[in-house]
Amino acid sequence: MKKISALFVAVALSLVLTASGFAADTIKLGVAGPHSGDLAPYGIPAMKAAQLVVKKVNASGGVLGKQVELLIQDDQCKPEIATNTATKLVTEGANVVLGHICSGATKAALGIYKDAKIPVMSPSATNPPLTQSGDYPNFFRTIASDDMQAKMAVDFAINDLGLKKIAVLHDKGDYGKGFAEFAKKFLEESGKAEVVLFEGVTPGAINYDSIVGKIRRENAEALIFGGYHPEASKLVSSMKRKRVTAVFISDDGVKDDSFLKVAGSAAEGAYVTGPRDLSSIPLNAAATEEFKAEYGTDPGAFFQEGYSAALALLTAVEKAGSTDYDAVTKALRSEYVETPVGKIKFDGKGDAEGVGFSVYKVENGAFTELK
Amino acid sequence: MDYFLELFFGGLTRGSIYALIALGYTMVYGIIQLINFAHGEIYMIGAFVALIVAGVLTIYGFSGISILVIAGIIAVIYASAYGYTLEKIAYRPLRGAPRLSPLISAIGMSIFLQNYVLLAQTPDFLPFPRLIPDFAFMEPVAHIIGSPELVILVVTIATMVGLTVLIKYTRIGKAMRATQQDMSMARLVGVNVDRIISLTFVIGSALAAIGGVLVASYMGQVNFYIGFLAGVKAFTAAVLGGIGSIPGAVLGGLVLGWTESFAAGYVSSDYEDVLAFGLLVLILILRPSGILGKARKQKV
Repeated sequence: MKKISALFVAVALSLVLTASGFAADTIKLGVAGPHSGDLAPYGIPAMKAAQLVVKKVNASGGVLGKQVELLIQDDQCKPEIATNTATKLVTEGANVVLGHICSGATKAALGIYKDAKIPVMSPSATNPPLTQSGDYPNFFRTIASDDMQAKMAVDFAINDLGLKKIAVLHDKGDYGKGFAEFAKKFLEESGKAEVVLFEGVTPGAINYDSIVGKIRRENAEALIFGGYHPEASKLVSSMKRKRVTAVFISDDGVKDDSFLKVAGSAAEGAYVTGPRDLSSIPLNAAATEEFKAEYGTDPGAFFQEGYSAALALLTAVEKAGSTDYDAVTKALRSEYVETPVGKIKFDGKGDAEGVGFSVYKVENGAFTELK
Repeated sequence: MDYFLELFFGGLTRGSIYALIALGYTMVYGIIQLINFAHGEIYMIGAFVALIVAGVLTIYGFSGISILVIAGIIAVIYASAYGYTLEKIAYRPLRGAPRLSPLISAIGMSIFLQNYVLLAQTPDFLPFPRLIPDFAFMEPVAHIIGSPELVILVVTIATMVGLTVLIKYTRIGKAMRATQQDMSMARLVGVNVDRIISLTFVIGSALAAIGGVLVASYMGQVNFYIGFLAGVKAFTAAVLGGIGSIPGAVLGGLVLGWTESFAAGYVSSDYEDVLAFGLLVLILILRPSGILGKARKQKV
């Protein structure tokens, strides 16, 4: 019995050895994210983006004269799986990693990449401390962090609209409350406006009349709301019905056609922040076309960011002239690269400069980009 | 004072919707001691049917209140049919079974109906046309109570008066009360108990559909999940008022609506649910069978 198990181990080991034996002299791009499970729709577009980029790069001679090899690993957006995924990518010799998708999984995996000196770039992890804490000098992202959006909304309210008394509400959810808390923090730090109300509303409630009454009683000039469109629609409708004229300012969760359809005329004049409109960037349209030609459908969430990240990583390796960690991160921080999300380079903390949000105004039943 | 009145009417509107739905819970419980967890879904189906009918009628050029009335009637018919079928398929075969079996069946039907609408219609929020116009005479008080609230209150009161008349003064009502008091005795004196139970489901579902149509046109949106939240609140209202008691359901709904509204207005909407459910616990400690509930002796 013992002999047999020893044999098995030997066979298993030999397989591992051959697997790593094959992988010589390629640039290895690791891709980690949820490719199965309920969050797969957030991970698969970035994976396909990486495949498209690699196919294109390899067809035109590869990077530094070498072919690019993809190492794809599924983390299901779960932090505990993400650490395994990261360890596996490190063992397989990934030079750079595109991922992870979810902030929690990204955070869990980053330490492992950091110790192995591998630059990591996420197309979607928006949790602010990932870059701002300074703990992960190997981390970059092609999407703006969560607090950028709140900053944008607050700057717009106090500088562009010149409002002084602002009510901040949220839907008690992670996303909405996070946005509202950042908005409150930025409002207080600015010293130019006063937060007259900070509360959470219950999603799904029949009406928000009490809270709208409170907005009137506090004489708030604006309402900054963190959350999604169903609650936003109810809030603006309730405000209209109760003749409350405070300006409504909200986030990307509200920048949805459902908001326009459901709230109808009550949505007019509302402001929402959302990712900058990228459709005018030629590379963006080209990437979408490439995807459609290959898969016949529209690309999903974070496709453009994923495409940009893959492109930025491979370009950085090319410009650095090697896969050396210091050289690659230096290239990422100093060299501009044309991507589907615009011409970007990364700041000292790893956030992409030139990627961000715009303020949109609801006018005649459509979102119009203001700045 | 304006602020107080605003909260008062906001709570009254909420509360009367809760009451409309709670009536269905309490009537069914009163007769067969079953908590019909699928009741919230009947409310949701009522709203969806009204949305579809309203869409068709809008194409044919009907307007405002007339759509509301026609869509409301068709929604009531549909929801009643659903309630009737629900009882036939999911509860009647389990009539003699231990009490937990129909309860599980009810939860199953609730999940089934939610997912059925999710698949047959859409997982997204759909816009529901605002069918209640702004009345000019309401304009001076619009900041306290708007036209939709007024319509909801009037319809709710009319419905409740109708229900009271039905139960107190008609033969059917008498048979319902008899079945509630003692099912086997009612059967002995010639009441068709199965028909009365079906009828109870039909009436409860009709009330839920009325609630569904009103809320949908008030909130301006529907999706497959609205029944769950409304159902939980209405069930709470029914328990608060004393489950099995019809005036109790109305009172429970109003108390819950006011508590939520005042809690949100004077304390914080963060604590709206905490205070509402805290009150529920308090009332149940002091009066275990609810505000108007009678302690039932176990029939042997």
